[in-house]
Amino acid sequence: MTISFLLLAAITIIGTAAAMTLKNLVHCVLALTLGLVGLAALYLQLGAQFVGFTQILVYVGAVAILAAFAVMMTRSANQTLTQTASSFRASGALIAVLVFAVLAWAIYSGTSKQPILSAQPEGTVGQVGVALMHHFVLPLEVIGLLLTAALIGAGILAMDEHRGNR
Amino acid sequence: MPEMIDQIFVVIKHWLMGYVPGALQPIASAILSVVPVMIAFPLLFAITTVLERKGLGRMQNRYGPNRAGWFGILQPMADGVKSLTKEDIVPRTADQLVHYLAPVVMVIASFLVYAVLPIGRNMVIANLNAGVLFFFAVGSVVELSVFMAGWSSHSKYSLLGAMRAIAQMISYEMPLVLSSVVAIMAAGSLSTVSIVNMQAGYTGIWPHWYVFTPWGITGFIIFMIAATAESNRCPFDMPEGESEIIAGYFIEYSGFKFALFFLAEYLGMFATSAMAITFFLGGWAAPFSFLTWIPSYFWFFAKLLTIIFMFIWVRGTLPRLRMDQLMNFAWKFMLPLSLINIVGAGIWHFMAAGFARWGVVSLLIVLSCVLLSRGLRRNKWFHVRTYRYAS
Repeated sequence: MTISFLLLAAITIIGTAAAMTLKNLVHCVLALTLGLVGLAALYLQLGAQFVGFTQILVYVGAVAILAAFAVMMTRSANQTLTQTASSFRASGALIAVLVFAVLAWAIYSGTSKQPILSAQPEGTVGQVGVALMHHFVLPLEVIGLLLTAALIGAGILAMDEHRGNR
Repeated sequence: MPEMIDQIFVVIKHWLMGYVPGALQPIASAILSVVPVMIAFPLLFAITTVLERKGLGRMQNRYGPNRAGWFGILQPMADGVKSLTKEDIVPRTADQLVHYLAPVVMVIASFLVYAVLPIGRNMVIANLNAGVLFFFAVGSVVELSVFMAGWSSHSKYSLLGAMRAIAQMISYEMPLVLSSVVAIMAAGSLSTVSIVNMQAGYTGIWPHWYVFTPWGITGFIIFMIAATAESNRCPFDMPEGESEIIAGYFIEYSGFKFALFFLAEYLGMFATSAMAITFFLGGWAAPFSFLTWIPSYFWFFAKLLTIIFMFIWVRGTLPRLRMDQLMNFAWKFMLPLSLINIVGAGIWHFMAAGFARWGVVSLLIVLSCVLLSRGLRRNKWFHVRTYRYAS
């Protein structure tokens, strides 16, 4: 529980809480991005450089932009949240509490059985790459195939049918 | 003596660290590393603006700035004073907080990437294990700040500019990353320092830079084209397009915030150029073995200025692309070519050294380059060339 951990945790929690409570949807996206940056910083604090930088690259560089554009394209950016959102508040809180309970139970029951490693495992980028190329090569290929299929599908959906493939 | 001059900044830092009490050592070390970089590169920005305006003026048969100082070399000072004293106007309907944060986020992201750039021998702020990944991850934050600036201004021009800029930056980030993969493959590391170290050494007087291989020169050219697009410079300056959308996403900014955008744009350009130097041009190494007595940081900045000159030259030479040409070029030419280039680098790695692999890899790249550029055109094969203007 160092000061840096507390600061980063505070940033993450404030960002995600603001993402749920702010009125303007673009502000929500930006607040969510702040939360994701805080999460990436927490990964970095744990020594997981690859996960931390990939988190920034994917979530801040791509997903945040995608979400912002989705918000802008589908509705007016000035439109504030209407009353519909608040009617789900009770059920949403219930679901959140249940998910938190399940996760907390899993973590507590998991840690007691396994011995806590005294030495910090080194998750360098090189080791991650070696593991991906040797042990997990089949899942990697399957994911690659899936993403390629998704990319081609997105291209076909976006293609203008009347004017041929441009 | 040459080693002494080469390491003079490192030695000075260690000498200063001797006066710092033990508890403050880490933070003092960080400050002593960061502050020179934060002074040197904005200074380079100031020099570059006047060089660019003089160079463009020369290419366009006019004088360029010639009033402040001798031949206009004090022009950056005048510009700085002007932008500091100008009124900071924020549109009434603008989103105040996001409008304020956008240039700040952009400048922070642009400065952060300098942490992993090897400026000279033993001169890098942070030798990260995943330095290249850090560079691209932090660089992608710039796109978010572009969106913030364009959206928060509540102006149609700035929103259009932001959308153009983001579409272009996302499209060209793919070839930028994929073209640098060849250098990472060859070096076997994601650390910028070890990529530079792998290119050290000389055969005769010639260095072992990756740019002197078929895949290296292809990767370098793709990287530089993508870097031009990433930094929104001519001929890829669609996001700014003065004649169409006035100035793009930062149209509603004035005074020092506008200057911050300008600074961030140039800092991004320097950083990507420095990354191209790291990947393909041997970092801070001397171009010939008999010139190694000249300090390493001199070579780094000499290479950087050469690349900046290329940027200015291209800007003064080429007209602006159209949006569909821009996208077609990124997705139908640059992306496949950079993928084929990776295959070429793999073949190069597994073939025996000699002329055979030169021939095979060069043939692969040249052939795919010709076929892909044919594929870009409407009439696929060799015809009389016809030109289509706005459709």
